[in-house]
Amino acid sequence: MKAAIILFPGTNRDRDMAIALRGASGREPLRLWHTETSLPSLDLVVLPGGFSHGDYLRCGAMAAHSPVMREVRRFAQAGGHVLGVCNGFQILIEAGLLPGALLRNANLRFISRDCHLRVERADTAFTRHYQRGQVFRAPMAHGDGNYFAGEELLGQLEDQGRVAFRYTDAAGRTGPGSNPNGSTDAIAGVYSENLRVLGLMPHPEDLVDGLMGGTDGAPLFSGLVESLAA
Amino acid sequence: MKAAVTVRLKEGVLDPQGRAIEHALHTLGFANVADVRAGKIIEFTLQETDPEAARAEAEAMAKRLLANTVIERYEVRIEP
Repeated sequence: MKAAIILFPGTNRDRDMAIALRGASGREPLRLWHTETSLPSLDLVVLPGGFSHGDYLRCGAMAAHSPVMREVRRFAQAGGHVLGVCNGFQILIEAGLLPGALLRNANLRFISRDCHLRVERADTAFTRHYQRGQVFRAPMAHGDGNYFAGEELLGQLEDQGRVAFRYTDAAGRTGPGSNPNGSTDAIAGVYSENLRVLGLMPHPEDLVDGLMGGTDGAPLFSGLVESLAA
Repeated sequence: MKAAVTVRLKEGVLDPQGRAIEHALHTLGFANVADVRAGKIIEFTLQETDPEAARAEAEAMAKRLLANTVIERYEVRIEP
């Protein structure tokens, strides 16, 4: 699997992402600076976490207009797989590659702790090594992860099966106590219409090795390798 | 010309910041305060002498970058 991690000024989770990708695929991912105007031949583009452009104006707003994002959009439109985590999710939304919006956390606090995610479908390139309904642990660290979708969009996401993950308790139940940031319908991650672009706020890449305290996030990366390693 | 774009959350979008400010104002004794909403103003000058052209340009900026129209609305003010 040939993967590239895109770097913006203020990106800071690229190394964690590289560890997860390398561990799953045995190949070192490329690192591409945001000023790039072309992409090499790739199976996966990853937008990692961080605070691109200082989170000024709105999280991800400046990065979404970087030169490289034109190429990422083209890659996605041609059916390429794109993963955006945390700030990467915010950038994908600002770039219009995923729908909805990410607002300030409902409690106005930066939340840095583990959460539980429920896998809403297990038939995508990202989730094939999970079971549908499976609950896994993932670290989260963000101030603006409160997913907002109006009623019309929410209906579309449901009908098209585009909700990737929901925040739940350890038993897989949604509720106010297990929705850390106030997201609409406890949505933690969404897919594009073709299910090949995924954005989520929590960090599966930070739980892929026993030394990190668990391997709950590893199936996401091994599943991608199995899907995309031609 | 001078331009100012005011960006606010749309009605119906929860504004936790506004709510926190309201709570703080109540704590300070401003008991009459309700419906606080927070927004931002972006000011700039434009190399343009025609107010209508300046407005069109500022609106284009608001749509493409300054506001996220999924959750925000904006108003453009143009001054000489």
